[in-house]
Amino acid sequence: MELRVTDLACARGGLPLLEGLSFAVNPGEALVLRGPNGSGKTTLLRTLAGLQPPLTGEISCPPEQMAYAAHADGLKTTLTVTENLQFWAAIHGQSGVPEAMAAMNLSDLSDRHAQNLSAGQKRRLGLARLMVTGRWLWVLDEPTVSLDVASVALFGRVIRAHLAGGGAALLATHIDLGLDEAKILDLGPFKASMPADLGFDEAFL
Amino acid sequence: MIALLIRDLRLAFRAGGGFGLGLGFFLILAVLVPLGVGPDPTTLGIIAPGILWVGALLACLLSLDRLFALDFEDGSLDLLATSPIPLEGVVAVKALAHWLTTCLPLALVAPVLGILLNLPGPAYAALVLSLLLGTPALSMIGAFGAALTVGLKRGGLLLSLLVLPLYVPTLVFGAQTVTRAAQGLDISTPLLLLSGITAGSVALLPFAAAFALRINLR
Repeated sequence: MELRVTDLACARGGLPLLEGLSFAVNPGEALVLRGPNGSGKTTLLRTLAGLQPPLTGEISCPPEQMAYAAHADGLKTTLTVTENLQFWAAIHGQSGVPEAMAAMNLSDLSDRHAQNLSAGQKRRLGLARLMVTGRWLWVLDEPTVSLDVASVALFGRVIRAHLAGGGAALLATHIDLGLDEAKILDLGPFKASMPADLGFDEAFL
Repeated sequence: MIALLIRDLRLAFRAGGGFGLGLGFFLILAVLVPLGVGPDPTTLGIIAPGILWVGALLACLLSLDRLFALDFEDGSLDLLATSPIPLEGVVAVKALAHWLTTCLPLALVAPVLGILLNLPGPAYAALVLSLLLGTPALSMIGAFGAALTVGLKRGGLLLSLLVLPLYVPTLVFGAQTVTRAAQGLDISTPLLLLSGITAGSVALLPFAAAFALRINLR
């Protein structure tokens, strides 16, 4: 059980962004992706999560083992905090909703509708969803957006607990989560140099 | 999958969920047509089957653009696509939820509105039966259209243009069933064709819609 990426190239909107990318993430490890805006962090994470196919290269870990958290939290505003989490727990066939709420400091908000949450509270709910997926590899795209300092530290502890339990995390973030042991991967050197020959079909995709 | 169905039903009934939109449209249409056409019972009786079926079809179309668009906007569709449920299952369940919240109520109130339009007596059972058997195809074809247009802002117009031609066979055989029943004729042929379209759509379109969604999520 590990994620091994070999010679990966991926594109966004038909434009190649990354190429020649190879790295590995083992259980218990965290890997932080760095790179300026537009360097392909989101594209890489979406490719890993199976939402788009890679141009070339191999990903050893099937998307079924990854819990993906995007910029959008995937919350339904007219459902309560508990209902939102229970839905995702049921989809993944897991339990542990109260524990996830406690870990992300949401227990006091359990009956609140998601539309009445602040941006940071919504984000915490979106991140609590990861804990009810039961998947070992968390693929996180800017998880700390709109979180305050205390919540960032809280989430850092949640990630550390996940790593200690044999999980792994792949994060695209600009903020220091306090994960000193995390490896850092700078995407800068893997920028795609030449526009590949996309062929005629690409215009229709 | 049951969790997804329960969530979609719950969302439809909560504030802003859109339950009742199609029903309201259907009611307004059936009330306004006699006012527009005039009170002559014979004329109304002749056009009633067609009006009721066209009304049900348009009411069904009304809520289709929300089917995947809402989940696409708030990011749930990405998360559902990476969840253990196959995307074909997601499409089928969401089409079922749409049928339960939009089309089933239409089929149930249709006889009441039939009275407003002076629908002939023998046609009531055929009206409900044809709507029950025919509208699942409307939901499923609509889900396919919604999947094709999910990434587009204001995709509603394109969705209608894509879906309406595919609705024609269902409309023709559905309205024909009711018309024949009103004339006291045998309805088994149009009813069987109607069921055939529904069975074919439900069997094939989840795969086509899931394929369209995967492309739109890239």
